[in-house]
Amino acid sequence: MAISSPSTGDLLVILRHPPHGSSWLREGLDAALVAAAFGQSVSLLFQGDGVLALAKGQQTGPLGQKGTAATLDMLSMYDIDSLHVEETALERFGLEAKQLQLPARIADGDSISHLLAGHRLVLTF
Amino acid sequence: MRYALLVEGAPYSSQASHSALRFATTLVARGHQLVSVFFYHDGVYNAARLAAPPQDEPHLYDAWRSLHAEHGTELQVCIAAALRRGLLDEREAERHGKSGHSVEPPFELTGLGQLIDLGQGVDRLVTFAP
Repeated sequence: MAISSPSTGDLLVILRHPPHGSSWLREGLDAALVAAAFGQSVSLLFQGDGVLALAKGQQTGPLGQKGTAATLDMLSMYDIDSLHVEETALERFGLEAKQLQLPARIADGDSISHLLAGHRLVLTF
Repeated sequence: MRYALLVEGAPYSSQASHSALRFATTLVARGHQLVSVFFYHDGVYNAARLAAPPQDEPHLYDAWRSLHAEHGTELQVCIAAALRRGLLDEREAERHGKSGHSVEPPFELTGLGQLIDLGQGVDRLVTFAP
């Protein structure tokens, strides 16, 4: 499947935390959604433990937290389809592209450099 | 240059706030303009007006206030991140039926849209996260 994930845009949001155990991922996604609602072109980079956010089948669990799987499904409604996932982190967790909830471009070190250079603003969560 | 800072670490729990303050004071000392500090995630605890650290530790809350008083730096706090962590100004405390408030000027509760605006309006937005 061809994935359209340009490496340029107004805002790059880097997500470094897994979906459970903290509110980092959720609050990072919130920032991305608000920026998109303001008409900015937004890219997401799932890096380090953050790649786990894209693993399929996430539940909300018994703690009363909302989880983030539903938010990820909303990204396309906000025209956020420039998704990138760090290659070495995927390998570290034994994940393959077909196991991800959303289509994302696999990013090696060079691609990540291009992403950082290609966005006017970078927010790190 | 026009700068803004994004602070995402809780005071005294992580180094983020300390580092952000040191960066902030150096910026203005070098003649740059620090337009705003935006507090998000656990960084919103920096706005807790009741913070009472031991006397031999840096008083982060007072330091942020000084930054505002001396250089006009805005101190903006994400309202969604603040409310769920118990950080309410007088207006929000009244709206939610709380008997006291924990945020007061010069800290100001505002929306995430302000952070996005800041990012577009300054030359550099620097994130301090644990």
